[in-house]
Amino acid sequence: MKLRWDTAVGVLLVAVFLTGLGTTDGFASRDNLAFAFNDIAEVALMALPMTLLVVAGQVDLSVASMLGLGSALTGQLWDAGWAFETIVPVVLLVGVAGGLINGWLVTRVGLPSLAVTIGTLALYRGLASVVLGTGAITDFPETYAKWAVDTTTVPGTFLTYPVVLFIVLAAIAAVVLHATGLGRSLFAIGAQEDAAYFAGIRVKRVKLLLFVVSGLISAFAGVVFTLRYGSARADNGQGFEMLVIASVLLGGVDFDGGKGTLFGAVAGVLLIGVLKNLLTLNDVANEVQVIVTGLLLVASVLTPRLITTVSAWRHRRAAASTS
Amino acid sequence: MSVTVEKPGKPAAAPETARSARSLVDAVFRAREISIAGALLLLVLFTWIAEPRFLNDQGIKDLLLNAAILVLLAVGQSVVVITRNIDLSVGSVVGLSAFACGKFVSGTDHGVLTVLLLGLLVGAGCGIVSGALVSFGRVPALVVTLGMLYIIQGVDYWWAQGEQINAADVPQSVLDLGSGSVLGIPYLPLIAFAVLAATAYVLRTYRSGRELYAIGSSPEAARLAGVPIRRRVLGAYLFSGAVSGFAGALWLARFGTVVADNAHGWELTVVSAVVVGGVAIVGGTGTVWGAALGALLLTTIGSALAVLKVDSFWQDAIAGALLLAAISVDRIVRVRMTRALRKRSAR
Repeated sequence: MKLRWDTAVGVLLVAVFLTGLGTTDGFASRDNLAFAFNDIAEVALMALPMTLLVVAGQVDLSVASMLGLGSALTGQLWDAGWAFETIVPVVLLVGVAGGLINGWLVTRVGLPSLAVTIGTLALYRGLASVVLGTGAITDFPETYAKWAVDTTTVPGTFLTYPVVLFIVLAAIAAVVLHATGLGRSLFAIGAQEDAAYFAGIRVKRVKLLLFVVSGLISAFAGVVFTLRYGSARADNGQGFEMLVIASVLLGGVDFDGGKGTLFGAVAGVLLIGVLKNLLTLNDVANEVQVIVTGLLLVASVLTPRLITTVSAWRHRRAAASTS
Repeated sequence: MSVTVEKPGKPAAAPETARSARSLVDAVFRAREISIAGALLLLVLFTWIAEPRFLNDQGIKDLLLNAAILVLLAVGQSVVVITRNIDLSVGSVVGLSAFACGKFVSGTDHGVLTVLLLGLLVGAGCGIVSGALVSFGRVPALVVTLGMLYIIQGVDYWWAQGEQINAADVPQSVLDLGSGSVLGIPYLPLIAFAVLAATAYVLRTYRSGRELYAIGSSPEAARLAGVPIRRRVLGAYLFSGAVSGFAGALWLARFGTVVADNAHGWELTVVSAVVVGGVAIVGGTGTVWGAALGALLLTTIGSALAVLKVDSFWQDAIAGALLLAAISVDRIVRVRMTRALRKRSAR
């Protein structure tokens, strides 16, 4: 049987989780589990559209900047006396607009998504600081903040509301990617864009849609982040784009497109989250956690490669000994 | 060997038309650098008219000093990007090398050359690891160098433990390199220019340099033509790492103060500079001159906005918008060109 990398990451996740239960006091407590998963809520949310994008051979580096813009807007509009119920749709619309800009530049102008989203990474982060400057807005009332903090969980479980939202969206994304024509078209686009086009897939429209969804969810992640920390800042989530991409790639989604599973991506996100929590509980320095993330990432691309090489070598040797 | 853009459905032209078509394409690429230089000139002129102090002695010196390190990094990055790869670890390499050099000189006086050499070696070490993983592991460059970014950054933070190197600990000879000048031109931009010119010469003239373009244009064709792809890609990463490490040593000389997260997040600025400079992210085209102009343009935008007293909050947004405008215009011009060429050869 051939071991698939996404299964391996899933197994690794379970192993790390069980190690935590067995060795670390307090890991299994409701509060800690709620904290551990809520702590990566925004990265996890943004990883879902990123998975679909990477499968289609695209990338969106502007997600964390859109989170910052969403956060800055939430804060500034709240400060201006808007009702929260009005703020959220406005922020989501801005996310859609940002996604449209990315998608338009990629599909209509025909630019590589990496180059486009490096540009919008600077642009959206810049707009965030234009909106809010260097200050912070912190006086969000309990009624709204409680939906994102890690002390409010679904009764009887350790699941916080952002995590529940993630589970729902992950289920939807999994169905879309693996059980619909749209999902199959993403794999087709990622594997061979020209072939997909000639097979009748509306490549441009699909890509545009992906960027819009990515912008939308990133902006919403900005609202979640703001409420979770009770602080709106233009530099919220700076550098998260790397973490989001790292999680997705760790889950075995091929950066060249055309390959990967949503299960793998989710396992990758959770692995980074649980590992981070476990290392923190065991007083492992933050720097070492960063190194572990990097090593995992390198291992995630190198191991499948090594397995193939070794099995090919064994195959050759077996063939040589029989002849 | 000449390099042309890879385009699906490129016309199969008769040899003569092909030659004139090629010279036309060449002209466009040259125009690419000319247009960046033109944009840069306009920007400088406009800022100068609005605020004459922008171009006094100190102003020019600042412009050149600000650009020097980014230019170096952009030169290293272009060599990697030309081979259709990417090196996201450059920012963390600068950080690690600057700290290593700072630690090395702190309190004791080693010669300047030793310090530069140390920086170079630290960077080359990082580059060879990334390069070996990419070329021999045959894994996606973006994933590997993103992993290396975390690993190097982690090692740097771990080593530094929040410690900071201060200018007072750095020997005067090193600081002199950062602040000194010859004939009014500071050393740093001179060094950057020397590295730039040498790299451009190698890429243009040497067989190994041309092979980098061949790899980027079409790895399969390059392999069939007998180009030692793995060795060349490894070389490109080694070079990018060494240049970044060297830039780290210069960072110490320029600023004197070094903390663990120097150049944190620079990888994307460097890639922007390269892209603005006309080095295609899909490999095979572009020159280090263009990349250096791109770097100069990006830093000059920053300085100009500061001099014009544009709210600093606007700087990122404007830089991002300009980057998008630059690559869009470039793309549109190229598409038009290809269409025009196709029409000509169809005739």
